[in-house]
Parts: sequence; structure tokens; C-alpha cells
Amino acid sequence: MAKSVSLFVTCLVDQLFPPVGLAMAEVLERIGYSIDFRQAQTCCGQPAFNSGHREPARDVARYFLDTFEDAEFVVVASGSCCSMISHHYADLFGSDSKMMDRVHAMEAKTYEFSRFLLDVAQVDDVGARLNRVATYHDSCHALRELGIKKGPRQLLSKVEGLELREMSVAEECCGFGGTFSVKFAELSGAMANTKIESIKQTGADVVVSIDSSCLMQLEGTMRKQGLPISTMHLAEVLASR
Amino acid sequence: MSIETTLQDSKLQLAIYTATGRLMDHRANAISPELLPRYQEMRQHAHDLKKHTIENLDHYMEEFEKNVIAHGGKVVFCKDATEVSDFILRLAKERGAHLFVKSKSMTSEEIDLNERMEHHGLEPVETDLGEYIIQLAHQKPYHIVAPALHMTRYQVADLFTEKLGVPREEVIEEQTMIARRVLREKFLAADIGITGANFLVADSGAVVVVENEGNARLTSSAPKIHIAVAGMEKLIPRAQDLAVMLGLLGRSATGQALTSYTSILSGPKRPGEVDGPEEFYVVLLDAGRTKLLEDPEKRESLYCIRCGACLNHCPVYRKIGGHNYPWVYSGPIGKILAPQFKGLMADPWLPFASSLCGVCAEVCPVKIDIPKVLLQLRSEITEEKQRTNQDGLERFAFKAFAWAMRRPWIYEWGGMMGAGLLGNGPRWISELPLSPGPVKAWLSQRHLPAPAVRSFREQWRARRTK
Repeated sequence: MAKSVSLFVTCLVDQLFPPVGLAMAEVLERIGYSIDFRQAQTCCGQPAFNSGHREPARDVARYFLDTFEDAEFVVVASGSCCSMISHHYADLFGSDSKMMDRVHAMEAKTYEFSRFLLDVAQVDDVGARLNRVATYHDSCHALRELGIKKGPRQLLSKVEGLELREMSVAEECCGFGGTFSVKFAELSGAMANTKIESIKQTGADVVVSIDSSCLMQLEGTMRKQGLPISTMHLAEVLASR
Repeated sequence: MSIETTLQDSKLQLAIYTATGRLMDHRANAISPELLPRYQEMRQHAHDLKKHTIENLDHYMEEFEKNVIAHGGKVVFCKDATEVSDFILRLAKERGAHLFVKSKSMTSEEIDLNERMEHHGLEPVETDLGEYIIQLAHQKPYHIVAPALHMTRYQVADLFTEKLGVPREEVIEEQTMIARRVLREKFLAADIGITGANFLVADSGAVVVVENEGNARLTSSAPKIHIAVAGMEKLIPRAQDLAVMLGLLGRSATGQALTSYTSILSGPKRPGEVDGPEEFYVVLLDAGRTKLLEDPEKRESLYCIRCGACLNHCPVYRKIGGHNYPWVYSGPIGKILAPQFKGLMADPWLPFASSLCGVCAEVCPVKIDIPKVLLQLRSEITEEKQRTNQDGLERFAFKAFAWAMRRPWIYEWGGMMGAGLLGNGPRWISELPLSPGPVKAWLSQRHLPAPAVRSFREQWRARRTK
């Protein structure tokens, strides 16, 4: 019997970028997992937490824990949402030992997509093929809270036909930052521009990342500027063949 | 000066980006594994050291005072800015002092010491080149380590001509010589020298000052009286702790293993010594520090050694520069210090002006978790707004968000409504009539992806029933 993983596609992917979720499911199925998608899932609560609204964030976090309590593995389509669960839920329930037990149990089985492939499934070649020139954007929470740096590059290096070119400021923030992007729109836009200058210099035609929120910021800005560079979630690259 | 005007000033943008970029490169080189394999261990060591000191500050302050007195100096405890200026004014009056030379000190900037002294007819002269420039320009430091980082040599040329009456000089080395000539006279004539302190060493009663120009050494030794003004969090327990702290400070700030000058000053000159002041005072400033000490969640803010690395690396600081922050401490560290020293609601927008990218915590030599403190401050500000009935709409929105997110059918219905309204058009929306504030703000910078006509969950259900 195939091992089962529960997908947490995140609200952003569910509502705006469904192909990312489908790609993630396809790759996981391809390497022998059966997919459990819980229709009750919604959001991790990060928008409220980052905005300082901890009570609503706790409510959503509790709901998330209820939804995925009995899952064997939870695989998340975003480094940022994954870090919310595996790092910041503890900040929300710090004084509640009963909740903390549940939080720690969830932390232990929650994986960002690329990390699940490499650490749990122990697969770095999923048989993908894509004839494009790509550059990889390190999303901040994946990089600095989850320590994900080499993994996605390792996976991309196995994609047949794909050329990976590093940009000079791969680790610099794209400027999204959730509500920051609308509360400080011009500043956020200026940060995106720095990143985009660096992307342009690589000559890449696609920007790859493991967070759709960063890609939404970058692609939205590049489109406004009429640049012929698109974005793909890592899962979409790995599902290509 | 506003965030918008700074963003639109391409010369200023280039000046900030180039200067901070250079400092980033220097640091990266200095801490590279080949040159400094123990860097991460040193950070943890420094973190533990500051944690221990801050948690036992009363003990180390006492030990420090005892040792300063033993060397013939005096420690003056000041609870706020007024007590510092009162002490200095009284001493100036007693000694008939008028001219003060000063070496760079953020603590003195923090309490507006120059303005307070000038107000009482005294003449403080900054002797660090960057500080001298901004003093002439009547500005506040743009950066913790590089106060005139934003000014070009052409602006300095104009400033010197205007304020010093010298012929216009655009060559940096020549500008330095002009400042040097003026300041040498001041050093020789000064009655009192005021420095800050990078570290206060409890077991030796010593004040440690690091610098690259030699002006702090002159400030602390040429005049007959030396006053060091320092926040009480600058204490470290033992002289041997300097090994790790100095090694991290120089490398994090400018990429130097050690700065050109490191002065370890303990007391006035002893009988038979040629150099040194006759009187030696250390002003230990509270000004909000003990209050911060009471807060176990956020007191790590006091570990800061003012290296400026978080400013150099911050993508927000690198865009908005130093003067758009409400206080002399700018950048990520300023974002957590200002609300805690000046009051949570003085500038409630400040902790929100961050994308929470976390690079500040990554480069901090004493491992202050700045994003965590920012999140804590955001939560406190939100609670305070609730208490005082401000921003009700945002609060309602997040309550509604939490309510909907626990009801997947509501969530799904909301998504379908959005898709029904917007999802049939082009995949990326460039403008929308009558869009609410946040959407309008988003569209000012970028296009918006239209909600998917069929969400992931709908597509997944369809796939399952096939």
C-alpha cells in the first residue's frame, strides 16, 4: 500500500495558484505516495499573526491543528506557511502546555515540499524535464527560519534541460511581506525592483521559488513592467516532463 | 524627507546602496569560514555573555563602580537625559569649562547632548569626521556607524565652504585635512573631552572605545577632564571577554578584525604618567533601560553592541535610509529600540515597516532575534489599539478572517464569489475600478493575479470523482 501524505496547499495556492497544488500532488504520486487532501483545510493563520492579531491567529492555528491532527505527514506548498506552523505556533501557545504538546507533535510531521522530497522520500530526481533557463529565489522564511538553501537547487539540478543561473542577490527579500506589501506599497515595490534587476542580469526566463507569495510579488511587478520573464513554483518545474 | 521622496531620489538611493553594500562585502569577507571558522561559536558565546550580564546587571554595575573608584575615577548614575546634562553643566561651571571635544557616541545623540549643551552656551565639537560633518549640517546621524553615509563629497565640499569659509574642495583626502586642521586647534584648546563607550569592563573598571581616526584617543587624553557617557547595558564582566566582543564588533561593523584604535581607559593619569586626563568620569545612563530589563520577552534588545550590521543588510534600511526612522537608532535595531524607549504608541507604524525577512537576526553578532521582538511589538500595539478603540476596521477584518477560516464552506464560497467577479477576465489584473484600499495599493506597484476560476479544492474533487 502506498504511503500517504496530507497536502496543505495553503489558501494562496488554493484560491490563486491551483496548478501549484496539482503539480505537488502529481510529483508526490509519481514517487509512490498516495495523496490525502482534507477539504476542511483553509489557512495557517499567518496573516493575522504577522499583523499582531494573536487571538484570531490562535483561533486559526487551533483549527489547523484539529484538521491535521491525525495526519502522518503534512506537506506544505510554502516555506513561509510551513515555518508559521513549525516555528511560530509555539510563539502563539507558549504558556499552554496542553496546546504545546499538540504543536510539537505537528512540528515533527510538517514538511515544506522540497524538504519532504529530500529528507523523507529521499528522492532528488523525479524525472522532470523542462527546457528553460531558470534562476532560484530564496524565500526568506524558508531560508532563514527553515534553513532551506541547497535542497531546491539540488532538485533543480536534476531536471533535464533546465539551466540554473544564480542571481547576485538570491537571498535578498522580494519585498512581499504580507500586509507590508500594501501598507508600504512603494517601499515594497522598490524592494521588488532590486530583485528584478538582479534577475534580469542572469538572462533567465523563469524565476523559481518554493513560495507562491514571493512569486506573486515578482511576477506581478515584472508584468506591470512588461518584462518577458515568468515565474514557476518548484513543484510546477518538477511536475514538467 | 519622507519614505517616498527618499525612494525617488536616485542619487541618494545609489549612495545608500553603495555604502551599505561595501560594508556588507567587508563583513562577509571577514567572517568567511576560511578566515574565521569559529564565527558561529563566537556569536553564541557573545550572546550568552550579554544575556548573563544583562540578567545580572546590578551586580556588574556595582563591581564596575568599585573598580573605577579604585583607579581614581568616578561613576555618575543618571536616570535620564536631563540628569546627564545637569551633571555636565555643573562640572563645566565648577571648572570654568566652555569648549568640549567629543568623539562619536550614539548614546550622546540619543539624549541630544549637543543641543542641550549649546542651549546653555557651551560649545561641543564633534571630532569624528562623519559626526563633524553632520554637526556642521545640523543633522542627526544617518547610520549608527557611518553617520554621514548619505552625503556625497560634493555636498561636503559645499558644506565646508559655507560653514568654515574654506575654498571649495572636492577631494576626500583634502577634505579630511581641512577637518583635521580645524579639529587639532579644538583638541588643544578643549576643556573637557566627552566620549561614548563600546564596552564597560566590570572587573577592571575600564572604558573601551574603538575607532579608526584616533580622535577618540585624543578626546579622552588631551583635555584635563574626560567624561565617558554610556548606556548601562554596555557592561561586560571581564577584560578577557573583550577578545570575543571586539572580534565580533569590528568584523560586523566594517569587516575589520580590530579597528585601527582600541583604547582601554581606566581612570585619570597616575602620578608620574605624562598622558591622560586629570579627572575621569563615567556617566552610566538609564533612560529607559531598567524598564526594558523588566521585560523577559524583549530585553534581549539590550544585548546590542551597535555594530550597524543589521542596517547594512536590511532591505528596508537600504531603500529608506536613516532619516525616515523616528529616532537616532535606525534600521532593524532602531525599529525595536524606539518603541521600547520612546513609547509603544509614539510611532505605531514602525514595527510594521518590515517584511520580516529576518536578515537582521542572521547577521547580528550577538544573535538578537529582531523579527521575534518586532512580532511581539506588533501584537502589543494591536492590543493597545483595541484598548483605545483605534483601527476597528482592521480588527474586525481579522476577526472575520478567523471566523471564515474555521468554516471551510464560507471560505470556499468567498473564493467562488471572488472568482465569479474577477476570475473570468485576464489572468493578471492591471487595474480595477472601485478597488478597496489594499487592492489599490497592491495595484500601484504590480499586477494582481485573478482568483482561479476553479480553486484547487474544486479541481481536486473533480479529479477524485473521475
